[in-house]
Amino acid sequence: MAASANSLQNRNRLVALVATGVVVAMVGAAYASVPLYRLFCQVTGYGGATNVAAAAPGVTGERIITVEFDANVSGALPWDFRPAQRRVDVRVGEEGLAFYTAANPTARAITGTATFNVSPAKAGKYFSKVACFCFTEQTLQPGQSVDMGVAFFVDPAILDDRDLAEVNRITLSYTFFETGGAEAAVDPAVVRPATPARAGGAH
Amino acid sequence: MSEAHAHGHEGHDHKPTGWRRWVYSTNHKDIGTMYLIFAVVMGLVGGLFSVLMRMELASPGDGILGGDYHFFNVLTTAHGLIMVFFLIMPALIGGFGNWMMPLMIGAPDVAFPRVNNIAFWLLIPSALLLGLSPFIGGGAGTGWTVYAPLSTSGHPGASVDMAILSLHLAGASSILSSINFITTIFNMRAPGMTLHKMPLFVWSILVTTFLLLLSLPVLAGAITMLLTDRNFGTSFYDAAGGGDPLLYQHLFWFFGHPEVYILVLPSFGIVSHVVSTFSKKPIFGYLGMAYAMVAIGAVGFIVWAHHMYTSGMGVDTEAYFLAATLVIAVPTGVKIFSWLATMWGGSIEFKTPMLWAVGMIFMFTVGGVTGVVLASSPLTTAFHDTYYVVGHFHYVMAMGAMFGIFAGWYYWIGKMCGRQYPETLGKWHFWLTMIGVNLTFFPMHFSGLAGMPRRIPDYPDAFAPWNMISTVGAYIAFASALLFVYIAIRTIRSGEPVEANYWGEGATTLEWTVASPAPHHTHEVMPRV
Repeated sequence: MAASANSLQNRNRLVALVATGVVVAMVGAAYASVPLYRLFCQVTGYGGATNVAAAAPGVTGERIITVEFDANVSGALPWDFRPAQRRVDVRVGEEGLAFYTAANPTARAITGTATFNVSPAKAGKYFSKVACFCFTEQTLQPGQSVDMGVAFFVDPAILDDRDLAEVNRITLSYTFFETGGAEAAVDPAVVRPATPARAGGAH
Repeated sequence: MSEAHAHGHEGHDHKPTGWRRWVYSTNHKDIGTMYLIFAVVMGLVGGLFSVLMRMELASPGDGILGGDYHFFNVLTTAHGLIMVFFLIMPALIGGFGNWMMPLMIGAPDVAFPRVNNIAFWLLIPSALLLGLSPFIGGGAGTGWTVYAPLSTSGHPGASVDMAILSLHLAGASSILSSINFITTIFNMRAPGMTLHKMPLFVWSILVTTFLLLLSLPVLAGAITMLLTDRNFGTSFYDAAGGGDPLLYQHLFWFFGHPEVYILVLPSFGIVSHVVSTFSKKPIFGYLGMAYAMVAIGAVGFIVWAHHMYTSGMGVDTEAYFLAATLVIAVPTGVKIFSWLATMWGGSIEFKTPMLWAVGMIFMFTVGGVTGVVLASSPLTTAFHDTYYVVGHFHYVMAMGAMFGIFAGWYYWIGKMCGRQYPETLGKWHFWLTMIGVNLTFFPMHFSGLAGMPRRIPDYPDAFAPWNMISTVGAYIAFASALLFVYIAIRTIRSGEPVEANYWGEGATTLEWTVASPAPHHTHEVMPRV
């Protein structure tokens, strides 16, 4: 009787241990999903995530894609940020160059970072950047205004993708956030800069 | 104190007395009773909140809330969280699971009785944290889904932090219970009771606890990330810091979809026993019924993004989630047809538990039909966040679970307290609830199809008629909940004493072999099956 009670206790501990292991593993999986999700977005272009490349491969084919430019600023960042041109036509594989203008009308130096994606989202995996102001943080001194460039190309592989056959227009969208300014997002005092408000979805 | 200490060594009906019996309890029946009482109290609170919401929505314009729209959101959030975490789960898993699972498998108690105690008592601070959150920082108006970025940057103040910590505690409680129940079911079944002879309610608890074990830690991780995003400057869900708010939705629904099966599966188990008992036939297709629950649980983990059709997925992804979601109709269909086949040709007796069981099958089927509609992503692009969805999930998951709880309560109350419920009043309770909830939720399909959005305190005049009907239904349903409280008190105080097996030949599981009320210690010598 004592022996069987003992072995029941051991078996109980074993099952409980395995079950606890499952719980720990699933908490781990939840955290592992953070980098995995980012990787997944980059590989598949999910949500319009774009690629980075060293250089454009050069013109391939005749297809022309119109790249449109969109600019947004987080409500907490009092910058004026807008594209210098509305759109640029590029041939597939050709490197395009576009500029955005950012101005800091305030009396303090502010550092910001831009997030970006393209729409339609399915074009993300064929849209590559060679150089971009969004790769690094940008600091604007009080009253400073800068032109910032982005060099990009549309991957020739797009020509072989049936799902993108109808795509002849890709919108590249940026949203500038103040670096480390997440807390400021809820402070109504800094919302609404003196610059014209911009409508339109951020992503 | 010495009494409490002696308990467990002496056996028989010797039990600690007074408050120690409950606070220190390691007895599965006492803990089950506490879970049930907790569920009833919290259910009345959550039900009252829904009545307040229906009063506000009775007619267009500002109702009883006087234009305090944030408070409406707080009510919606609290209603959802209370009903899910403090009514359905404690009643079905903590209450009936604790009471009946060991009795049904012939075990003297659960594997870890002290873990059982802490699992229950964790719920109290959890409920307190949620209950006190409106008084510290205005309340959490995030909805039960607590989506970022609303929950990260839209809700300063301590309320949402308290709600998140409340979820942590409730989750920890359920994980502890799950480990405990899984161990009990695997190791402590009576000799001869193989997994394939196990009662279906025990099967339902086994599948449910596995779902909890796999899904709750993901919720815990997701809301911990919310907490650190809110308070410690991380940016898991903050685009400015390289995060993605959509990640939260994926994590939440990876938990949230299995969660709705967690709520309804134990109810499936109860309905199987009740239908079999009152048809005086063994359940039709026992193995199919057991494995249908396993299949529902398994498929439940790979359909989560059907809650996110409007979040900008690719067409191929939507097509996958659409197809996978429709697959669930197969095992649930197996269950419904097997219940009908059990009744077919049976000597059916429509006692109160059977009314609730058949009512559950009806409500669940109605909700299942609209579920098939909602699985279709093109349609849900239109129906997303409308009252059509509210109507759907209240039928399939909320009423599917509630009717199961009442079926179980009327079925087992004699076993639990030794006294029988009043039959006529029980039937009144059923019909009043049936009319009330159908009046409440059926018109929601119509207002939803017409475009009425969820989670709003005011709406255009065009939606007024259906909303008025819903509100009247809610009053009837809440009145029937109060009738239930009266019935419960009357049963426990002055119900007719019952024998061990008061349902007769149809009731064949092991809980009917012990006296009614079940003695403090049962199955001290394991029965042979």
